Order: sequence, then structure tokens, then C-alpha cells
Amino acid sequence: MSSLRADDVDVLVSRHQPEQATLKGYVIGFGSSIILTMTAYLLARYGLLDKPIMVALLATLALAQFAVQLIYFLHVGREFSPRLKLMVMLTMMLIVFILVAGSIWIMNSLNGRMMNTKQMVQYMNNQNNL
Amino acid sequence: MSEISPALRLARTNKLIAKYDKESKTIFGFWVYLMTDCVLFASLFATFAVLRHNTFGGPTAADLFSLPYVLAETLALLTSSFTCGLAVLSAQQRHKNRVVFWFAVTFLLGATFLALEINEFHKFVAMGDSWRRSGFLSSYFTLVGTHGLHITIGLLWMAVMVAFVIKRGITDGTLKRIRMLSLFWHFLDVVWIFIFTIVYLFGVIKV
Repeated sequence: MSSLRADDVDVLVSRHQPEQATLKGYVIGFGSSIILTMTAYLLARYGLLDKPIMVALLATLALAQFAVQLIYFLHVGREFSPRLKLMVMLTMMLIVFILVAGSIWIMNSLNGRMMNTKQMVQYMNNQNNL
Repeated sequence: MSEISPALRLARTNKLIAKYDKESKTIFGFWVYLMTDCVLFASLFATFAVLRHNTFGGPTAADLFSLPYVLAETLALLTSSFTCGLAVLSAQQRHKNRVVFWFAVTFLLGATFLALEINEFHKFVAMGDSWRRSGFLSSYFTLVGTHGLHITIGLLWMAVMVAFVIKRGITDGTLKRIRMLSLFWHFLDVVWIFIFTIVYLFGVIKV
């Protein structure tokens, strides 16, 4: 018990404290977010690239800004183990991915199986003849 | 420190750890709520992604949206996220007046964002392009409107928080609530990154 020195106490206590915000973190986060936003904006407004390349570039910029804000504004990954905040977030990202990608996949597949107008009219006429 | 007996020091340390653990637990609970809110936004994003080309002869995204206008909205919200961070920083350093000042700035920027958004909605509806016009517009108004509703609630919370800080000062309790409010506000900024990119930028690019 006598070996519990002031330094040890500080370390021990700091591991239980909620993540502390720093000015440097907010400035880095804000600066890079502005740069990423402006790049995406200028690219969308004046960039004359093919649409798939444009979509890929803009998506990358959005994901980069997402990462920056997670680290510097929401302080994800700055906590001590067990990293429950990070765990919950990763689980939720998986759910979000399944939900969004799954919906788009299913709806596109359904859309591809739909009759076009001509086929539909023909089908309805056949039904009347029965 | 040398005058304090080891037993007393241990007792104090344990008390401090218990206090911090309680605070961290509350904040973690709020974080779990925010993550479930992601599911709400994810469903709305999925709906929008499916319906965005279903314009039913009405205006498309490229016809409706003005990028400079949306950029102004985005910069207002992004800057408000930064000033909200400065408020947390001031709260950590127990500067009561600075906390009130930075939250006031955050509130004004958030209100600017909301006013710009409502004005945009009003313009669309006045032109006859409301949520009743097409599947695309229904999903657009639902997604962006839900985000706007969150912002409105965030602004209300912020107003109450400032009143709280003025009355009680920066205590352990107010600091905890300020941390949760800032998480909520930063989260809304993160959601906006995706609205800005998927709804507006993807909607406007041609070529």
C-alpha cells in the first residue's frame, strides 16, 4: 500500500477519466475538415472527370472527413481498454452497412425483374382475353 | 503529499476512480444511443439511395440544388462543431464565461444552418416541389428534415445547457452534460458529411 506514489495515482486515475479534449485536436480536426469539404465542393462544381471516378473521389473525401471527425471531435480510439465505445461503433457500422448495401442490392434486383410498360400492356391484354 | 498517510491516499484515489467510472458510464450510455440513431439515418439513406432517380417527371437533384448555398450551410455547421469543441475545452478548464460565450457562438451558427435549411425547404415547396411531388423528393425531405429536427432539438438542449451553466456554474454534473451535448452536436456534423456528399454532391455532378 505504501508503494502507491503520487505518479502512480495520476496514471491510475487518468485511465478512468472520460477522454480529455485538447485545443490542438480541435484545430487539426477543424482545419482538415475545411480542406476536405472545400476539395469535395470544388471537385463537384468544376471537376470534369468521368462520373464513376468522380463518385469514387467524393466518397473517399467523405470517408476521410468521417475518420478525421471521429478521431478529433468524437475522440474515438482515445479511450483505454476495454474500448467499448469503439466496439459499439464498429458493430453499428456493420449493421449500417448491411442495412444500406442490402436495401440497395435488393431494390435494384427487384427493379431489374420488373416488366417494362410494353410488356405490362401485353400482359394485361392477355389477361382480358382469358 | 508526504503528510497524507498511504491509507488515506488510497481511499481518495478509489473515490476519484469511482466518480470517473460513473461519469464514463453515463457518457458511454449516451454514445450507445447515438449509435442506435445511426440506424435511423441509415434507413433513411437507404430509402433515399433507392428512390433518388424516381422523379416522376418532376425536378431532379441537379435541377433543384444550388451548391454554393449548400456549401454555406455546411461551413456554418462545421464551424459550429468546432466552437462546440472550444466550449468543452473551456468547461474542462472551468472557465464559466468562456463556456457561455462559445455555446452562444455555436447556437448562432446552428441557428444559421437551420434558417438556411428551412429557407431552402420553403423555396422548394413554394415552387410546387414539395414531398408530394415525387419519390425522390419524399425521401429527400424525410432524410434532410430528420437531420434538421435533430439540429432543432440540439439547439433547444444548448439553450437549456447555457441557462444551467449560468445558474450552477461548471460542476462535475454540468461538465458531464456538456460532454454529452458536444457528442450529440459532433455526431450531427458527421451525419451531415454524408448528406452533403450523397444527397447534394452526387446529385449535382454531371459529365
